[in-house]
Amino acid sequence: MATDVTQGNVIVANATGCLEVTTTAYPGSAWRVPWVHSVFGNAAAVATGVRAALRAKGVNDVPVIAQAGDGGTADIGLQALSGMLERGDDVLFIAYDNEGYMNTGVQRSGLTPTDASTMTTPTGALSEGNPHLKKDLLSIVLAHRPAYAATATPAFHKDLQHKMQRALSIQGPRFLHVLVPCPLGWRFESRMTMEVARLAVQSNLFPLAEWRDGVLEKVKRIGAPIPVEDYLTAQGRFTHLFDGERGEIERGFLQQIADENARRLGIASFGR
Amino acid sequence: MTPARIMEGSEAIAEAVALARPQVIAAYPITPQTHIVESLARRVAEGELESQFLTVESEHSGASAVLGASATGVRTFTATSSQGLLYMAEVVFNIAGMRLPIVMTVANRALSGPLSIWNDHQDSMTLRDAGWLQLFAQTAQEAHDLQLVAYRVAEDPSVSLPVMLCVDGFVLTHAFEAVEPITRDQADLLLPPFAPWYALDPSEPVSMGTYAEPAVYTEARYAVHRAMLDSRPVLARALDDLAATTGRRYDPWLDTYRVEDADVVLVAMGTAAQTARLVVDELRGGGDAAGLVAIRTFRPFPAQEIRDALQTVRRVVVLDRAVSLGADGIVAGEVRAALGDRSTSVVCVIGGLGGRDVARETLRRAFEATEDGWIDLKKELVIR
Repeated sequence: MATDVTQGNVIVANATGCLEVTTTAYPGSAWRVPWVHSVFGNAAAVATGVRAALRAKGVNDVPVIAQAGDGGTADIGLQALSGMLERGDDVLFIAYDNEGYMNTGVQRSGLTPTDASTMTTPTGALSEGNPHLKKDLLSIVLAHRPAYAATATPAFHKDLQHKMQRALSIQGPRFLHVLVPCPLGWRFESRMTMEVARLAVQSNLFPLAEWRDGVLEKVKRIGAPIPVEDYLTAQGRFTHLFDGERGEIERGFLQQIADENARRLGIASFGR
Repeated sequence: MTPARIMEGSEAIAEAVALARPQVIAAYPITPQTHIVESLARRVAEGELESQFLTVESEHSGASAVLGASATGVRTFTATSSQGLLYMAEVVFNIAGMRLPIVMTVANRALSGPLSIWNDHQDSMTLRDAGWLQLFAQTAQEAHDLQLVAYRVAEDPSVSLPVMLCVDGFVLTHAFEAVEPITRDQADLLLPPFAPWYALDPSEPVSMGTYAEPAVYTEARYAVHRAMLDSRPVLARALDDLAATTGRRYDPWLDTYRVEDADVVLVAMGTAAQTARLVVDELRGGGDAAGLVAIRTFRPFPAQEIRDALQTVRRVVVLDRAVSLGADGIVAGEVRAALGDRSTSVVCVIGGLGGRDVARETLRRAFEATEDGWIDLKKELVIR
């Protein structure tokens, strides 16, 4: 989509991940735009270098995009992302958040939600899945006062396209957080991908919003919120939460997270 | 010949970097590399050098930023030491695999732990397999000259590999010496503008840093190895041109000093080789037939040149300022391999670690060594 919006006039720096390995098996490449991959955690810093080189060459009309999964953004790539944002580098960073290390076989990342079952946070006699909170990535990004930041998901395709266009029309450090459900890792049928993404938004677990210079600008209204349970039951990774007393408490906790998201953005929460 | 100036080693290096006019410089502060990049930052701030100076948040990002910039087709520079080099290690390997002609100066420093800010060669030696040419300078003048030569070799189309200029932290970087600077005209003669094979450019899209299946990975790695070997005549030619332009001649591989009739030869790298020359003269004065081989280029490794230089020598002592713990001194291991089954006895002396002074007395004792060991080891301080 980004390459469509820019009509190929773009340079892309990619982190290691499934997007990289599935599109660039040497000597072939699916990319029709200049594309560079280095290692897992440095997409933002590579993009910084690309932008600096373009500046040195006097080229100012080529957008630079860095892209990474949730690990390459919020965990191993967080320091490089922070540096890129803090220096004010003119780069659009796109995070494809599928809430785990899916390329390596579904392990927990810092963006895996609480209670999700993964290969490194399995459920068991002593475990309800991931014991940690999903890292508040947006707040970390916003603390850097980026020129533009937004959350989006392919379930709201027009909204995503609008944000991509908007992001590409602005100069300075920009950040797009895209929630991308992973059928394998979240355990649902592929045909349900858009539906699951839509439920994440409607339940307020992943609200869609835009920020300019670190200040909330706009929240997408999507009608009456749905209970978090509707989102959880659509996936296999939360099945254990519907089995016993402990699960009920955990479900309540996840609903609280959704309610808190709504409160912070000033939108309606479920049942209020 | 230009008039000599008294310069700090770091300043001599920065001056040569500035002569190369890198368009993007990225670095993270670490002792004892700092004076090099501080000097470059000042030159950019004063408008003497037109360059994008990126104050990155880590060495990992510093190496990544010059990778991105080099891939976009501009000349780049970075410098680091010790932990910084290891922190960027995965990117260092990646840069060579991507055949990006990045030049990096490493102010050689010990690795932690225990923490030490002082000089030895463990940092560069640990990354000897990364696919970078490694040049070890003995003086500030040599560092100045090799710094420019490094760009020439790295960017040569038949090489297109990164070059690491290794200089002893403090001993070279912070010492003041008389240096004859290369002039702007000389630099422009020696170093043509950077013309990359290809670059990230929307008008001619390429994919760089792709994924390789087992069917092609070996060949991709062999290509890097081959390029390293092919750099040999390019390095030799660049140093010939340097000699023709400046009058300063460096053997591309190693310096030999009074080796021809020597009974014992010390092999060293970096500043220690300068002290070793004095010791050779002293020993010769006392009737001992001592000689010196100073390795200048460690990668590609000059095995044949070392064989030739040491062919008549019965006893060789290698001073190793880094160690492969549990195995051997790294240089000694390679010298032994180069000499093969010759009857030459090769003794490995590990010393000058973590800033312990490599004084004349140290080297005199090294010349006397008849078996492998750690020189000047204070056994009473060793806790097991």
